[in-house]
Amino acid sequence: MLWNSFLLALREIRRNLLRSFLTTLGIVIGVSAVITMVTLGNGATQAVKNQVASLGSNLLQIRSGQRMFGPPGSGARAPAFELADVAAIQERISGLAAVAPEISRTATVVSSANNWSTSVTGSSNDFLLAGNWQLAAGREFSKAELDGGQSVCIIGETIRRELFGTRQPLGESMRVKNFSCEIIGILVSKGQATMGRDQDEIVLMPIHTVQRRLSGNRDVSSIQVSVQNEGDIDRVKNELTQLLRERRRLEKGEDDNFNVQDTRQIAETLSGTTQILTTLLGAVASVSLLVGGIGIMNIMLVSVTERTREIGIRLAIGALEREVLLQFLIEAVVLAMLGGLIGIVLATLASVGLAGVMQVPYSFNLGINVLAFVFSAGIGILFGFMPAKRAARLDPIEALRHE
Amino acid sequence: MSALIEFRNITKTYGQGQAAFQALRGVDLRIDEGDFVAVMGPSGSGKSTAMNIIGCLDVPTSGEYLFRDVHVEQLDRNQRALLRRNFLGFVFQGFNLLARTTAQENVELPLLYRGESTTTREQMAAAALEQVGLTGWGHHTSAELSGGQQQRVAIARAIVTNPTLLLADEPTGNLDTQRSREIMELLASLNRDKGITILMVTHEPDMAEYAKRVVHFVDGRVDSDVRHRETG
Repeated sequence: MLWNSFLLALREIRRNLLRSFLTTLGIVIGVSAVITMVTLGNGATQAVKNQVASLGSNLLQIRSGQRMFGPPGSGARAPAFELADVAAIQERISGLAAVAPEISRTATVVSSANNWSTSVTGSSNDFLLAGNWQLAAGREFSKAELDGGQSVCIIGETIRRELFGTRQPLGESMRVKNFSCEIIGILVSKGQATMGRDQDEIVLMPIHTVQRRLSGNRDVSSIQVSVQNEGDIDRVKNELTQLLRERRRLEKGEDDNFNVQDTRQIAETLSGTTQILTTLLGAVASVSLLVGGIGIMNIMLVSVTERTREIGIRLAIGALEREVLLQFLIEAVVLAMLGGLIGIVLATLASVGLAGVMQVPYSFNLGINVLAFVFSAGIGILFGFMPAKRAARLDPIEALRHE
Repeated sequence: MSALIEFRNITKTYGQGQAAFQALRGVDLRIDEGDFVAVMGPSGSGKSTAMNIIGCLDVPTSGEYLFRDVHVEQLDRNQRALLRRNFLGFVFQGFNLLARTTAQENVELPLLYRGESTTTREQMAAAALEQVGLTGWGHHTSAELSGGQQQRVAIARAIVTNPTLLLADEPTGNLDTQRSREIMELLASLNRDKGITILMVTHEPDMAEYAKRVVHFVDGRVDSDVRHRETG
């Protein structure tokens, strides 16, 4: 009986091809939207993780406050680091390749007619080491420049291009906010990072310079620590925590007011945002799937009314109530599943295309495809049931009289 | 001959209270297997109601309806559907073929509900189309057929299951005289050659001529019941 109903449903769908297609359109769009959103979102998450992982697994990042994305204020209450903390780390913990203090401020940089608003980072030469930066031209900061907080900077490729075009500006000056700064080095391009963030948009200065000229205080907002030996990472993490607790005078039992994250944790923190975004977009898209379901119900109700006479014929011929019910239900489900299949195909095409444009990796996500398909079939059952029930309940005499 | 259908004091009332309308007011009727009965009467006389009850599409308000000694008035909706499926065939005034569906598919429809296999369906439908003289027309849709041809397809659909009883509700109502005569010849031959009992509602005395027996309804009762001299 089930197979028969399936055949009948297919025959009906074929008989009304245009309407069938329009009916499924909502589901097609819904399914493809959900799958595309989730696939691209996962791609973006993966891209962030890849990018962080490319920094190497021997990097630790220390920030003040408990979490990177804690509630507003929680980070502010925790005291910032000082350069003395950096010195203490270098002194007391062994096996470190680089310890780079970091502070950054937004500023407009100007050269002749060109200007560019960017973030200016204050650090030491260890920043280049920890971040795996190479110099394309020029040199690192000298000890005198670092200690004296002189106005010198090392710039990334994007800054060079935007301010100087094709020129090689080594030794020239550019204006940062209200002071002039000599360019002593240019970094090798790292290229576009994922989601449009440009890694080459960087202006690096001695930390004293930024503190004195831009931030106006002696705070260090974060510290990057590069460990020589990957195996030491847990030991270093523990020692860092211990040392910083001591220096920040935390009592036993008191929570850390800073955090030490390795690259895996950094990746997770960063990808947290994209994951939330993915979930959100997926949820929005699934609303369209629901709307598609309502579209199916709508058309099925119209179809039942329009085919009242036909239902009357079927009933007169001896169709059982449940056979008519099943026929319409299966029709709705088959329509929904067809929509789901078309949606999957569209989503795959769209995902591959958009992943290329957005420069995120594409990976076929079996889970979401199966889920979307099953969900669309479920929607067919849910929204097909009411019209089907109505069809099955028709009085054959009334139905035959229907014009 | 044994009784195929027996009505015992059947009444049918539509509506309730003041608005109640008695369509049948105590009908006793017996139809034997192999008979060809024409039911006549003015509109509102109760003939359509009686047909609906005989066709198991409706149930009487009171009285007993026996189909081959089965009390139909006691059957539920599904049991009546099965009775229709297995023993009855319907032909309507408006043909009632499925739109955008070929003649072959229309004729196969009842077999589909019987769960016959594809090949059986095709063979039986082809045989039924042959009986109504439409061999080779199977792949045409309803819109491509003339009124007479459509009614033939409807008759083929009604007889494809070899029903015991064929119910025809003004089968010639939408056809011209020539076409009507052809349809009546066809029904008469099905009754004569295949022994299918036929019950036919008609307005036209000319068409009633083809039946063996004519029952007249007036005001919800059987007014006259005349058996023709056997012809042909």
